[in-house]
This record gives sequence, structure tokens and C-alpha cells, in this order.
Amino acid sequence: MMTPQPDPRGHFGPYGGRYVPEVLMAPIEELETAYLAARDDPAFQRELAELLSTYAGRPTPLYFARRLSEQLGARIWLKREDLLHTGAHKINNCLGQALLARRMGKRRIIAETGAGQHGVATATVCALLGFDCVVYMGEEDMRRQRLNVFRMRMLGARVVAVTSGSRTLKDAISEAMRDWVTNVGGTHYLLGSVLGAHPYPMMVRDFHKIIGEEARRQILQAEGRLPDTIFACVGGGSNAIGIFHAFLNDKAVELVGVEAGGRGSAIGEHAARYRGGAPGVLQGSYSYVLQDDDGQIALTHSVSAGLDYAMIGPEHAWLHDQNRAEYTAVSDAEALAAAQLLSRTEGIIPALESAHAVAEAVRRAPSAHGKILLVNVSGRGDKDIDIYRENFPELDQS
Amino acid sequence: MTRIGHLFETLARQGRKGLIAYLTVGDPSPDRTPALVEALVRGGADLIELGVPFSDPIADGPVIQAAGERALKAGTTLRRVLEVAAEIRVKSEVPLLLFTYLNPVVRYGLEQLARDAAAAGIDGCLLTDASVEEAGDYVAAMHRHGLDTVFLAAPTSTERRLKLVAQYSTGFVYLVSRTGVTGERESLSAAVTPLVEAVRAVTNLPLAVGFGISKPEHVAELGRQVEAVVVGSAIVRLIERNADNASLEIQLESFVRELKRGFGAHA
Repeated sequence: MMTPQPDPRGHFGPYGGRYVPEVLMAPIEELETAYLAARDDPAFQRELAELLSTYAGRPTPLYFARRLSEQLGARIWLKREDLLHTGAHKINNCLGQALLARRMGKRRIIAETGAGQHGVATATVCALLGFDCVVYMGEEDMRRQRLNVFRMRMLGARVVAVTSGSRTLKDAISEAMRDWVTNVGGTHYLLGSVLGAHPYPMMVRDFHKIIGEEARRQILQAEGRLPDTIFACVGGGSNAIGIFHAFLNDKAVELVGVEAGGRGSAIGEHAARYRGGAPGVLQGSYSYVLQDDDGQIALTHSVSAGLDYAMIGPEHAWLHDQNRAEYTAVSDAEALAAAQLLSRTEGIIPALESAHAVAEAVRRAPSAHGKILLVNVSGRGDKDIDIYRENFPELDQS
Repeated sequence: MTRIGHLFETLARQGRKGLIAYLTVGDPSPDRTPALVEALVRGGADLIELGVPFSDPIADGPVIQAAGERALKAGTTLRRVLEVAAEIRVKSEVPLLLFTYLNPVVRYGLEQLARDAAAAGIDGCLLTDASVEEAGDYVAAMHRHGLDTVFLAAPTSTERRLKLVAQYSTGFVYLVSRTGVTGERESLSAAVTPLVEAVRAVTNLPLAVGFGISKPEHVAELGRQVEAVVVGSAIVRLIERNADNASLEIQLESFVRELKRGFGAHA
């Protein structure tokens, strides 16, 4: 039986923990206390379940990808998180943390965003509950995810461009942490992945584990047995941990996390933490991180802004070391091709992040004849249309 | 006892207050740092914080962030910082405190860093992003090699946390004057006095206050409350603005001298 919880200080094996400036320790302890109380409060869970159902659209369907399966040979099922309100799984965590913030009496919410999906989901729940909302986003990500910037603003959020470092997700998190250090009192930092100091990796996972709980029930009902392999993309790793968790004790079920292989194997050309990364400390947590010999955090690249981050969540580091989950990487080109394939065979345009998971399933399906593959389609591709247009110019002729 | 301990003993005996100066090692280049430190010491700095540049400095404001970027571009590594410290130590007995984020230390290796830092003449270390809860191995390694471990106390720290901070700190306790990142401010925070009182209640160690301090008036006000005052961003800004100016060292020296006047008769 795998331990479902980190130790009291937030360690998954050696990973996780709390590595933040002393100023943030008190608010983080306050958050932990509030979360543990909320987690065990039926009224909190009832309200969250109600919103997940009536506002966000849970449960999401488990869909049998018939044409893709016929073409590739395996039985491929898609968990349709892309059908959730705001277009990705991120809303699960945002609703949970927003209700928690309200319970803590905090009415100003800050967040970071990479692809913009977490930013949009945060802006959405802030509109829903009447909170002030500030979203930090790297300038480079604002450029490549313009549509989501506009959506956040339409929802009433202020989007702050981050111009330091690589101007992507990592720098947005640093800037959000600086805001939080400055405005500790009335502000809740709504972190969007299973990263950061304890209790974030545990709490964000708990808000997403409904993905796997539903999928497990649904696949048992549909196929009468568990899947052979589950695929999910891994940036920080929130959708992956969300779908993996309900299956951790099903030893026969293979769990595959798919990182961003980018455009090459050299440091700086990808975001595959198990290909060149080493355990280290970044932004509150101890886990595998891409870095140089001096301990400086490396720049990363992925066509997918949501996977373009130097560290993987600490629970993934532990699942990796325990050999409970396998991690692999898919290149920009393979992800783009998988997005095109899924669009044409199933009528589903996935987010570029999710396309990485699809690509790995597509790669393995021909040698998995008759096996059940479950892919978490964590988000939809509307936000990526500009990038798809750039990469498929032949479709864009007038 | 390290040079840090001796410093605070001497200050107490002489009825003086200490001025602690921070600079980012390697800004504008590692070769320049020893001369800049010498200038700070000539101006009257009692202790030098050697800032190790880091790619993702979450606790720092724009001034020190930019200094770190320049230092990294100039090829500064933790190994190079230790060489710079050794170079300073050849000429000076000023206490040196390594001021760093944790990841470069983890990468270097705790035990190896403690050994090499001690050999380079460094007296202690402060980690900006390691809570005391995670610092057990680090503290043990530093103490094995005779180095002080300075921890931060913040206005948000609970009494339970202040006790932990006091328990793990040696040399002195570094009080963060306000919530927020490093950087100069016009006025001092009202949070300082209650924090000083709260920390005094749990430790007899000397106290230093930092974050946001840039003027002789700030130094004067804090000198009445604690044993030492830390000035960082104002010094780093001076270095940034005059990096190509032959008078940089003279300016640093006179700036520190001016700050120390804030202590009045206790300078």
C-alpha cells in the first residue's frame, strides 16, 4: 500500500518540504491549518462538490476513441477534462482554493500562469466569488497565449507582465511569491500546480484527484476492468497526479507521465526534468530541477507554455524514484502531430500540453494490441490556435 | 568563536553599534569585489555579507535581482565566491557572512561547502529560502566546521517560530524589518519595534535589522534598538550606477561613513 499522504512536514520521501523565506512561513502554516480543517468539513466538501458539478461540469465524460483505436490497435479511452468550464482541469483546484480563501477571510487572490489556463480559471473563480484578482504571467507567455490574456481581463483580473529571466512560468511564480511576501495579510496565493511549499503539492493534488476517482469508476463500468496504462502530461504535474492517484495501489496499472521534450536534448532546449535534471530547491520545494553545475536554474523550452517549467512536482519525483510511475518525453513536433491526429480522427482539438500525453499513447498503441490505454486530455486547444496556425501554415492559406 | 562572535563582543564592550554591508559578489565582476569590500571596510563596515547570485531570487527586489543577473553574466559561481572571500581574507580580518539561496549550496554539497567556506575564511552563512525546519543537516555541517548559522526572523513569525529561529541561530539573529522583498524604502516599518521585543524575549543573541534601510536616519533610529543594522540595496545601487566610474570605491567608502554617522556617539 502506497502512503497516500506526505509526512507532517510535507515530504514525499526526501522531496517536497518547505523552502521559503521566513516571512512566508506563518501564512503557509495558516494555510495548512485552514486546509486540513476544510478537508474534514462536510459543509466545505459539499459546497465544492456542488460547484464542481453545477458550475464546472463534473463529472467529465470518459470517451472511447473509436477511430483512433481502430487505426492504432489498442483500446484508447480519453478522460475529457477539456470539456470542463474554462477549458482545462485547472478549475478543480481553483474552486477548492477559492472556497478556502473565502473561509480564511482573504479577498485578494494572486496567481501565476504559464499557458494561461490556470490564470483564466483563477480569474473565473474570483469573478464567481467577488475577489480581487492579480495574475502574473511571463511576457513571452503573454505573447504566445494572447487569447487567454484577453479572457482573464474580460473576467476582471489584472494581468501583470513579468519581464525577468526567461519571461515564462518560472519567472511568473517568482513574481507571485514576491507579491505574497509583500502582501501576506489579506492575500491568498492560488498556486496552480503540485509545486511550491507544503501544503500546496498535497492540497492541489487533493483538489484534482477527483479526475482519477471518476476515471476509475468509469473505466470499470465501461470495460469491466482497469486500464493497462494511463498517460498524462507533466509540467508541474497537477493533471497527472490527479488522474494517477486513484490508481496508485492498482499495481498492474502502468502510470506514464509525459514531459516536454522540446526541440532538442541539450539543456535549455526542453523541459524534461528526468533528462538532465537533479534534485534541488526551487520556489519552495525540493524535487528534480533542470540546473547547471553551479545550481543555477536552467532555462527551458517547450512549444507548450504549460509544460515549460524547470521543476517537476515533488510527489512525481518520489513516484519516479519508487518506480511507481514512468516518465518519458515527447518532442514539440510529436506533440503537434498528435494534436493534428486527434483532431482529424476524433474531432477533438487538444491543448498542446495534453497533446504530449496523446503522442505517447499514439507511440505505444501499435505494440499494445487489445490493451486499454487511458489518456488524460487535460485541456482543449482553443488557446493554442495561434501556435497551431504558425505550425500548420498549409491550413492557413486563403 | 568566529569573527562574528568577537565582533559583537567588541561592539558591546566599546558601547558601539555595528554596520553590516551587503554586496552581490561578482557585480560588476568577481575581480572587482575584493576592492569594493575593502572600500566598504575603510568606510567603517563592521561585517560584510557576501551575496551569492542566484537565477531565481524570490526574496529580492529589482535592485539585487539585477545585480545577480550581472554577476551571473560575469561568470560568478559559488566556487568563485569562495575564491573572492579567500582573496579578501588575505588582507582583512573583517567578519564575512555568506548570504545565499539554498540551491547553489545543495548543488555544491553541504559538507563540502562548510569545509571550503571555512578554509576561505568565511565566518558564517545565511540561507534566504530555508526554513529552520529544513535546516537540520545544514546547521550540523556548518557547526562542524566552526561556522555561524544566521537565520531570519520576520514580522509574521509566530512565537513558536521565533524560538526555533533563536535556537538554530549562532552569531546573531537577522530581523527582517518588514514584509516584502529587499529594497530601499523612505521610512522604517512600524513592525520593527514589536519584532525586536519579541525576539529579545526568546534569545540573548545580538540582533541585526535589515531590509529597506538606506539612510543615516534609519540607522540612527535602529541603532537605539539593536546591535547592528544591515544595508544592502542602497550599496548595490551605488555599485550599479558607478560601475564604470573610477571613483566608485571612494563613493562606497563615504556612503558607509555617512550611514555610520547615524549611530552618533555609538559609531
